[in-house]
Amino acid sequence: MSEHDETRETDAHSGTETTGHEWDGIKELDTPLPRWWLYIFYASCVWAVIYWVLMPAWPALPGLAGETDHTRGLRNHSERANVAEALDALAEQRAVGFAALEGASIGEIENDPELLGFVLAAGETVFRDRCGTCHGVGGQGFVGYPNLNDDVWLWGGSYDDIRHTLQVGIRSEHPDTRFSQMPAFGRDELLSRAEIGEVTDYVLSLSGTSADAGAISRGQAIYDSQCASCHMADGRGDRAQGAPSLTDQDWLYGGSREQIMASIHRGPYGVMPAWEDRLEETTLDALAAYVFLRGGGEDATAGPTGQ
Amino acid sequence: MISAQGLKRAGSDPSTAIVLLITILGAIWSLFAAAYAPDAAMRGQSWLILGGFLTGIFLLVGSIAGGGVITDEREYNENLIKAGVIASLFWGVAGLLVGVVIAFQLAFPVLNIEAFGFTNFGRLRPLHTSAVIFAFGGNVLLATSFYVVQRTCRTRIAGGIWPWFVFWGYQFFILIAASGYLIGITQGKEYAEPEWYADIWLTLVWVVYLLVFLGTLWKRKEKHIYVANWFFLAFIVTIAVLHVINNLSMPVSWVGSRSYSAFAGVQDALIQWWYGHNAVGFFLTAGFLGIMYYFIPKRVNRPVYSYRLSIIHFWSLIFIYIWAGPHHLHYTALPEWAQTLGMTFSIMLWMPSWGGMINGLMTLSGAWDKLRTDPVVRMLVMSVAFYGMSTFEGPVMSIRAVNALSHYTDWTIGHVHSGALGWVGFVSFGALYCLVPWLWKRKGMYSKALVDWHFWIATIGILLYITSMWTAGILQGLWWRTYDALGFLEYSFVETVEAMFIPYVIRAVGGVLYLAGALIMVYNVYRTVRGDEVEDDENVVEQPALQPAQ
Repeated sequence: MSEHDETRETDAHSGTETTGHEWDGIKELDTPLPRWWLYIFYASCVWAVIYWVLMPAWPALPGLAGETDHTRGLRNHSERANVAEALDALAEQRAVGFAALEGASIGEIENDPELLGFVLAAGETVFRDRCGTCHGVGGQGFVGYPNLNDDVWLWGGSYDDIRHTLQVGIRSEHPDTRFSQMPAFGRDELLSRAEIGEVTDYVLSLSGTSADAGAISRGQAIYDSQCASCHMADGRGDRAQGAPSLTDQDWLYGGSREQIMASIHRGPYGVMPAWEDRLEETTLDALAAYVFLRGGGEDATAGPTGQ
Repeated sequence: MISAQGLKRAGSDPSTAIVLLITILGAIWSLFAAAYAPDAAMRGQSWLILGGFLTGIFLLVGSIAGGGVITDEREYNENLIKAGVIASLFWGVAGLLVGVVIAFQLAFPVLNIEAFGFTNFGRLRPLHTSAVIFAFGGNVLLATSFYVVQRTCRTRIAGGIWPWFVFWGYQFFILIAASGYLIGITQGKEYAEPEWYADIWLTLVWVVYLLVFLGTLWKRKEKHIYVANWFFLAFIVTIAVLHVINNLSMPVSWVGSRSYSAFAGVQDALIQWWYGHNAVGFFLTAGFLGIMYYFIPKRVNRPVYSYRLSIIHFWSLIFIYIWAGPHHLHYTALPEWAQTLGMTFSIMLWMPSWGGMINGLMTLSGAWDKLRTDPVVRMLVMSVAFYGMSTFEGPVMSIRAVNALSHYTDWTIGHVHSGALGWVGFVSFGALYCLVPWLWKRKGMYSKALVDWHFWIATIGILLYITSMWTAGILQGLWWRTYDALGFLEYSFVETVEAMFIPYVIRAVGGVLYLAGALIMVYNVYRTVRGDEVEDDENVVEQPALQPAQ
């Protein structure tokens, strides 16, 4: 220690004295605290104290803060109360719209511009948050997730059908869920690869794509025994079973020969959650109306097939 | 035992015997785990743990047979620091690489390869955070604290074999933690994911670290304790307390990987963020301020700007930091009084943090020209600038009204990375660029130009990272709170996810640049250590030996 005497020296550059200590060649200047630094530090401490006086801030000893276990502050502020109040205000703001919606038919909704505007706004918000992740924010769908803007409906496109689908879901855990299951003809070895190819050729011919006539007729025989009970002999599908029409150009899992073969091989299906009990009844009304009004909704009397 | 020259051979001294006993007990435990673990993950991992302990036993027996660990009290232990430097570089590159991978996964979800579950974002994200914070940052702290405490106390590191136990024990902890994440072992606490057995091992290593550090301070040959050591000591002590309390849990089985936390519900959340915030405050701030306080004055050869400021900002920083954790839980089930308390302490923390920045920057007073001539100084100064910026941004984000916008958005990610890449990363790189020529006795780094390239590439990388995340975060925050006239949300959540694509790509590119800079550094260090045509660098001064030869 003797070679590091506590001798203060003056730094030539700053004119400030050092503290006289030295470690491994490092010295320290005895510069006073920068005033601006100190005053801002004081100010932030003063601000904190003022905040504590005004707002709930410190746990309190029993009995010192009345009923609560903490200091309430002069403003008696409560975030919990504020949130409850804001939610009440919001419910009140929407109450008129939801009251009008209750029990209204789709025709009444369409004919009341004010109600229609409310339903579209309410439905759109729920749709984009709850449905958009699978069906697309614009309802355009993806492979395996139906497009909701066209007029193809697997389980029916009337307002009531749509609302029921929303309520019980598809292959969901709801006891009354809509359910159907196409066999995985290839994976479960119900059909050979060659047979699947022939059925595919026949299915393609239903929507107007030509293929080898021999293959089509062999495929038709397989179709009649394996597929017709759900998709119907004419291929127009059956909504009661959620079986899509095979005669149009709309394909949930792709319409190329390879994609159709893959679908027959693995029997694909999707799952949609049931929204009953997760959304309020009037919210379900608004959501069903929104989906219905996207362009593809049908009258209740529309044809029973998948078209 | 100590000869006239101060040379000591440990042989099979009690310390070596205790370390051997620890490894044997560890090996026996892992054998039991391999046989009786109730979960498949533990049965698999126990073989890795057993391998680690067996390697330890093998090396220890070899060391004892060769006469034991050599302790020469006339010299600093520099091999320990060299090992720390190499480990830092290795884990740094590994951690940054995983960061780049997960950044691309967020932009292109297809990169979460379904067939390999361990490559999923959920597994790799804790691997990234632990690798950069604890593996890279931790090794930098081990290396620099062991270096600085020896130099500023003018004495060899205390404890014979024990500092080596700390070094290898810490690497072993990283290995257990990282392999656990990949096979799905986690207790689900952010930055505290390792399970109970890894936590116990780290506690043991950390207590030894504390004792080695205290022992070295105890036998110092300087009258006063240098400020860098106050920060290192605060870091070591507080991390021990945080780690032990946050990880209190009850294992399901003494040979299984699962455990249940001692805390539940909002208490658990508060303990977790008391820990989480102070991991930032004491691991990533106090520890790295210790680095700053040694390497900046040393490199620029100027006295520390203000001794008084260092005292005031040290005590105010450590007193106030420990209260700030609740600001991570604004607008949650945490009682409002705890939220406001956390917020007010965060505001009061602003100036104590800036005290470190002032002392770091103003130490350059009289040596500002080195910013032009020495890229290492530029790196150190840039790190302090980022420190100042993040420690202003932090208090701002802790204000409840601001937090209502910023919380749960990528703004938080940007904030963390301006601190992590800018402050922690750059001050570490700067310190390592100082250490490498000093330790390997070179006249400079192999290439000063490559240091410059590292600096600029990494700086551009950070700017891309934080600006894209600010944009992304503010967009998310604003869209999530936009309502129409009827009080319905204007945007759906998935729309804000879609809008993230471009910012996420820019962020990933920023990460690639930062990683590229680190790889340049590794190459430069490799060539320097090999001794290839080193340039003379007037900023690199040979460091004195412990005692001049007589």
